[in-house]
Amino acid sequence: MKENPEVRVYPVFHSPFDPCPPKLYRSYVVPINQYIVFQPPGLPQFSPAEALRHGTLWPSLYSPYTSRKFKGE
Amino acid sequence: MWVYEKKLQYPVRVSKCDPRMARFLMEQYGGADGELAAALRYLNQRYTIPDKVIGLLNDIGTEELAHLEMIAAMVYKLTKDATVAELEAAGLGPHYANHDNALYYENAAGVPWTATYIQAKGDPIADLYEDIAAEEKARATYQWLIDMTDDVDLQDSLKFLREREIIHSIRFREAVEIIKDDRATKKIY
Repeated sequence: MKENPEVRVYPVFHSPFDPCPPKLYRSYVVPINQYIVFQPPGLPQFSPAEALRHGTLWPSLYSPYTSRKFKGE
Repeated sequence: MWVYEKKLQYPVRVSKCDPRMARFLMEQYGGADGELAAALRYLNQRYTIPDKVIGLLNDIGTEELAHLEMIAAMVYKLTKDATVAELEAAGLGPHYANHDNALYYENAAGVPWTATYIQAKGDPIADLYEDIAAEEKARATYQWLIDMTDDVDLQDSLKFLREREIIHSIRFREAVEIIKDDRATKKIY
């Protein structure tokens, strides 16, 4: 599966005395909206059918997300 | 005034019998960052926001009602055929005791919705920043819900709703820019 470029990962401190098997990393998503102050006019658009499926008319505002359940996290 | 269209904003298909998931979805129905809170927040704040962005709050608040209806459809589909024993096993025993199979505005932990979840400060910057935060919190909630189910059809509808939160967040941040921009205009009293 292609890596999601919106995912940020950081290492988590773990102690030798932690009770559970350690998770070495935590991840979070920074969606595309954080990099747009004001949407410029004239951006490329999805076709109407694709736009409905994606939840937005603009490919550059689309943020994919994969269930952690499917990633084994 | 609203005009009702007798269809969902986006199709809701649930292909796995999983009443447990219904309980988690309640977070977006009657939770602090859920669709009811969002709709009521925006549709109320719009009266005391600068004219240029009233329409935005009106439109997004209306869309949140459509999202609320999608969540209701999911919860209903997941619980309508469940036996009492199945509801109990899914952690919905306390809900059944109070509501039978009826939907109710409460969060995943059964805490009823309260107006204290939302604010109308009357200050446009304060209100719009609350709205931006609400969208990002709802976006995160959708991520955790998508993480909790392996039903790809349910995930599909949840991903649509998650994307809408992202778009709403952009629009609210554009609204902040619009009301900030006023300093450039010439005032004549």
